[in-house]
Amino acid sequence: MFESLGWLPTFPLLGFLILFLSGGGLPKRLIAVIGAGSIGLAFVAAIVVALPIISGDAEVIVHEVYTWMAVGSFNSAFGMYLDGLSVVMILVITGVGFLIHLYSTGFMIDDPSYSRFFAIMNLFVAAMLVLVLADNLLLLYLGWEGVGLCSYLLIGFWYQDPANGYAARKAFVTTRVGDTSMAIGLFLIFTQLGSLDIQESMALAQGEWGLGSGYAVAAALLLLGGAVGKSAQLPLQTWLPDAMAGPTPISALIHAATMVTAGVYLIARTHALFELAPDVQLLVALIGLATLLIAGFTAMTQHDIKRILAYSTISQIGYMFLGLGVGAWSASIFHLMTHAFFKALLFLAAGTVILSLHHEHDIFKMGGKWRQLPVAFASFLIGSLALAAFPYTSGYFSKDEILLAALELEHTGFWLWLGGVVGAFFTGIYSFRLVFVVFFGESAGHHEAREVTGVSMAAPLLVLMVLALAGGLIHVPTESVFAASEHGEHHVSALMHSIMIAVPLLGIALSYLFYGSRTLSVERLMSNTIAQGLHKFWFAGWGFDGLYRRLLITPYVWLAAVNKRDVVDTAAGLLVTLSEAGNSLLTRSQSGSLRWYILSVVGGTVLLITLGGVL
Amino acid sequence: MESIPFEHGLMLAATLFCLGLIGVMTRRNIVFVLMSLEIMLNASGLAFIVSGSRWGGADGQVMFLMILTLAAAEVAVGLGLIIQLYKRFKTIDIDVLSALKG
Amino acid sequence: MTELFYSGAVVAVIATLLVIVQTNVVHALIYLVLSLLAVAVVFFSVGAPFVAILEAIVYAGAIMVLFLFVVMMLNLGQRSRDQEKDWLPARSWLVPSVLAAVLLMQLTASFPAAQTQIVEVGARAVSELLFGPYVLAVELASFLLLAGLVSAYHIAKK
Repeated sequence: MFESLGWLPTFPLLGFLILFLSGGGLPKRLIAVIGAGSIGLAFVAAIVVALPIISGDAEVIVHEVYTWMAVGSFNSAFGMYLDGLSVVMILVITGVGFLIHLYSTGFMIDDPSYSRFFAIMNLFVAAMLVLVLADNLLLLYLGWEGVGLCSYLLIGFWYQDPANGYAARKAFVTTRVGDTSMAIGLFLIFTQLGSLDIQESMALAQGEWGLGSGYAVAAALLLLGGAVGKSAQLPLQTWLPDAMAGPTPISALIHAATMVTAGVYLIARTHALFELAPDVQLLVALIGLATLLIAGFTAMTQHDIKRILAYSTISQIGYMFLGLGVGAWSASIFHLMTHAFFKALLFLAAGTVILSLHHEHDIFKMGGKWRQLPVAFASFLIGSLALAAFPYTSGYFSKDEILLAALELEHTGFWLWLGGVVGAFFTGIYSFRLVFVVFFGESAGHHEAREVTGVSMAAPLLVLMVLALAGGLIHVPTESVFAASEHGEHHVSALMHSIMIAVPLLGIALSYLFYGSRTLSVERLMSNTIAQGLHKFWFAGWGFDGLYRRLLITPYVWLAAVNKRDVVDTAAGLLVTLSEAGNSLLTRSQSGSLRWYILSVVGGTVLLITLGGVL
Repeated sequence: MESIPFEHGLMLAATLFCLGLIGVMTRRNIVFVLMSLEIMLNASGLAFIVSGSRWGGADGQVMFLMILTLAAAEVAVGLGLIIQLYKRFKTIDIDVLSALKG
Repeated sequence: MTELFYSGAVVAVIATLLVIVQTNVVHALIYLVLSLLAVAVVFFSVGAPFVAILEAIVYAGAIMVLFLFVVMMLNLGQRSRDQEKDWLPARSWLVPSVLAAVLLMQLTASFPAAQTQIVEVGARAVSELLFGPYVLAVELASFLLLAGLVSAYHIAKK
């Protein structure tokens, strides 16, 4: 029964339909079972389907489920394509997704819209699975839009507060800009190559578009635009911090583990296209570098626990883009997987902290909580170690591979590597700043808080802790996918290697000095006006929100206000206006006065006779 | 045999017709309007008689008879309407009959 | 005969003119009767004595008298005479006169030139036509009169 790949997205889809059509009337236990259970079933199905590929028996499994549309020479189908890359993605999505769903059954238990939550979460997982399993770009775009929709619905989950609605709209509109770019890219690929099937179009591109051809550059740029939007990279990164307005489990699932990695997946899938346009590939790396540095600076200044993690996500995806840009495809996917583990762990632990401290988000109002919140403390510690690439955690292996691959590139490779190392330094600082401020030192509030846990919330955290630590040992079966592009073993000097190990440790040490032992004073650092200015600038995310407001939003709103009486509407209503004017003009001839009527009859007669005589 | 130019007869009829027309257009008193209508009818009858005389037959006179009958019936109905107007509006001004305005 | 024709014509025109400019209803009616009688004279002068008599008896005698009855019944009084003067300022004659004049010119332009021989066509000839080819028209005329009678009765009722 599970041979068919089509079952994978069907389980979550069925979960969505049941929960949606029942309109929230089912008992909570049943909702939890359906909601989390559908993802669990999908996970089992994913393992079953992936076994042949993992064991090396097969390289690719293709299955066409349904013909979507066939118009002329354009034939698009619901086709599922499974190879090493998709295997990693589906296992991450369903595995981590299941753990997060399990956590949510406990976390969201007091929420009145319990059913709606799980319905949309299931729809999201279904759309994400469609995205990664699609064998043609049109179906991928369907999944792409689906996850965008679910992201909007979930960010604005608590819609009674208009600020949440605003954040949801901001996310949707910003990613839409990227989606439009991607759609145009799809148009370009279709009109030039004649097919949207991924494998087919990549092969055609390699044949027809040579290295550095204009079409390849254009198509790659457009697809990059879409990836940048979805993955919250420069310049479309402004939506992710605000998206923290949604419930914490969705931040974990969508904005850490899965949706934001869709961009990375897209570029990895169409890597053949990017290899045809080396300049665009370099641009990918540069975007990744710039983003990881900017987000790193910003994360050091934030005090909302979820915003720190959000900027951290932006930064880590920057690392993945960096890896993609230097051609380290497998390394980026590996980092995607390990990042899913430790970032989901961090977000879920943050959820526990927030819930236990009665919805407190400000880390400077916490402090000294390691005794009161033991599970959360352990999760944060392990997660932050993995995030900062402490030796032998999963994060260490994956980040190392990317940085080593960066070194291999000539000319710019060294600078990319250096930027990555600096970024790792900052990562160490901000991740442990969080840990020290929240869990050590004096308690600044919530002195009697007790940890909110149940099996449903603790078990996923434990599993993720194990994965975050040991995930580095998982072998990612993507060699067959990227066979043509991969490099061999990396050889670097011992100096470089030790620098890469030491720098995050230095960061951790520095944050210990500032926030742990209080040897160095933050206040003295901040008393400097330059420091204050920098702090303000980095806190505002390097001013992007303000820039966009001034550049785009204000002119647009002004234009809308000017066009309040809608030019197009007026033009369309011109016919109506003319008719009404004509009517009011002619009704004046109906004065009701008998003498006027007689006069007009006689006048008409005279006129007719005149015309009769003339013509 | 005496003869009268045909145009002069028709000219007379046309003149009387136009005078009646002026009366219909100008006057506000409904009785006068009806009288002017009678003038017009009479003028058209005159035209028929003159034309019939031109051709030497009695058809013109027969037609005039019909017109006469018509005028009689019309006057009867018209006067009835005048009475109703007076009863309803207490005036004979036709400008009060503006219910069809707009 | 021709003198009769022209004199009758002149009287008719003048009388009609006076009808339409009168302010007093009864005076106007009298002038109208005069006009009709003049037209009867004209009829006689073109050789149609039967309709001349008919005009005098029926039109001037019956229809105008009917008018007079109704006017007397309405009993409008002095107030109405003053009203009439108000309603007829000089400028209100302008446009109708112009239109009518234009119509007159158009009608005049269409007259054919011919001479009318004055042959007296008596009652006998008319009756032969009425009982002959135009008998249907006679019947229809009687329908019309009946309809007029019934409707006049109903309209003038309360």
